[in-house]
Amino acid sequence: MATTAATQAKEPGRLDRAALSGVLVREIINFSSYWRSTTFSSTVEPTIYLLAFGFGFGSLVATVGGYDYVDFVGTGTVATAVLFSSIFPAMFGTFVKYKFQRTYDAILAAPVDTEELVTGEALWLAMRASVYGCTPLLVAMLFGLQPSWGMLTVPFINFVAGYGWACAGISIAGFLKGIENFNYVTSAVITPLFLLAGTFFPLAGLPDWVQTLAHLNPLYHCVQLVRHAVFGFDGWVDLWNWLFLLIFGLAMWRLAIYAMQRKLID
Amino acid sequence: MPADGLAIRLRGVVKRYGAITAVDGLDLDVPMGSCVGLLGPNGAGKSTTMRVLTAQSIPDAGEVSVLGHELPRRSKAARAAMGVVPQLDNLDTTLTVEQNLIVFSHLYRVPKPERAAAIERVLGIANLTDRREAKVDELSGGMRRRLLIGRALIHRPPLVLLDEPTVGLDPQVRQELWALIDLLRSEGTSILMSTHYIEEAARLCDTVTIMLAGKAVAVGSPSELVAEHAGREAIEVYGSPARLQETEAEMAREGFATRRTGTSIAVLRIDDAGGRAPAGERRPANLEDVFVLLTGEEID
Repeated sequence: MATTAATQAKEPGRLDRAALSGVLVREIINFSSYWRSTTFSSTVEPTIYLLAFGFGFGSLVATVGGYDYVDFVGTGTVATAVLFSSIFPAMFGTFVKYKFQRTYDAILAAPVDTEELVTGEALWLAMRASVYGCTPLLVAMLFGLQPSWGMLTVPFINFVAGYGWACAGISIAGFLKGIENFNYVTSAVITPLFLLAGTFFPLAGLPDWVQTLAHLNPLYHCVQLVRHAVFGFDGWVDLWNWLFLLIFGLAMWRLAIYAMQRKLID
Repeated sequence: MPADGLAIRLRGVVKRYGAITAVDGLDLDVPMGSCVGLLGPNGAGKSTTMRVLTAQSIPDAGEVSVLGHELPRRSKAARAAMGVVPQLDNLDTTLTVEQNLIVFSHLYRVPKPERAAAIERVLGIANLTDRREAKVDELSGGMRRRLLIGRALIHRPPLVLLDEPTVGLDPQVRQELWALIDLLRSEGTSILMSTHYIEEAARLCDTVTIMLAGKAVAVGSPSELVAEHAGREAIEVYGSPARLQETEAEMAREGFATRRTGTSIAVLRIDDAGGRAPAGERRPANLEDVFVLLTGEEID
């Protein structure tokens, strides 16, 4: 058979564009077959949190930490939406593609390395999370949140945080043996992270040691950053928040590659 | 074309998993343009060998070269130039036939202006042009397998790996796929095919490597292997189970190799037996006889 491929004799580099776009194209085409349900759950869930807390608590508390409570929760829920729409699809998607659909066998037999596979999938989830994460802001605006220029940076914050969470989810799927073990992670790790982030209530009222722990929570930094993006950035504090999210994303990225390499290449 | 004219070259390849040695010093040549069969019972190391060739398994020792690219260092260039048909169906089942091919045209870097034509070509090869809009879920087992093979050809690879291409399919579907593989062969594609169906190897392969416990125990064309190991003829002795058992014992005493084929006992290597040969139905020796002689495996 005449060949186009064999003439490309030189070894493609690491993280090369053709490989990443191949992985992305696969995700995007697949997304076209299930976007309705995913979009529904990724946007309705945070909206319900927002409405429940906003109105439930909002009737008891008017302001929190100097913000209108609905504004406080509306901005906080953005980070939650990003978390949920990246870490869970990463955990379950990775596991299903590895174990049941054997998709990774097909992709790695093509000129795609584990590093590119993980990076491509995380990039896709981060893009999705970036968009889904904006839903709570839009809903909060319907309930009186004032638009601001800083809001335009929110999709970028979401993207960076979503990338880190997606890589965390891929790592979890890479390290755990069975899908039933995901329950341990959800209960013992994700739920505390979700609650101790200053999303629904400020951390100021909690014991000191809890506050210290919360500062290690990437979700907390994401919440802070989104809130400040909407209501005004706070110099060094937000630089640190950014830095924390970037380091988190980078560390999780390498961890995810390590975990999947271990699982996929023997 | 690689300087040595070999599409695949393995030398002394070893792959261990803990205490188990799945591939144990394997040498294997696939000359350009030929179809080579890896024949062996389950657990012989065929699938591990296939994984080594795509660098999904990194050998503990030995040399691997695919289309002139040394593995694992240059595996990406090697993977770009070969097509892989996995044993387990890993199509995207919620996508249509055509969408599956679009995805692979990207993964295999088919240049944009050639993509549409490449997809049409593969739809034609796989005989799925009419089913292009069908979701994979809706296809029959045979159609799925044709798509799986077609998908591996999207970038016109000069080398194709087929891992048990017809396992679990009806005899009729199997023959359909043989025709498809034979077409590739006639076009000059180099093929490495693992199988445990002996007829498949006998019909399609120029040379066969019989594997057992991670080693190549015999290499040659099907007819050479038969002549060398099983001779020209075998005798099938039919009868009641008691009679078969008797024959088996008797032949063992006489020093003949035998094998059970369900309803009969095949007595092998009888060419020089003269009068010692039992009464029964003479038939030409075949690759199955060789396989059983060399591996000690029974054929279902």
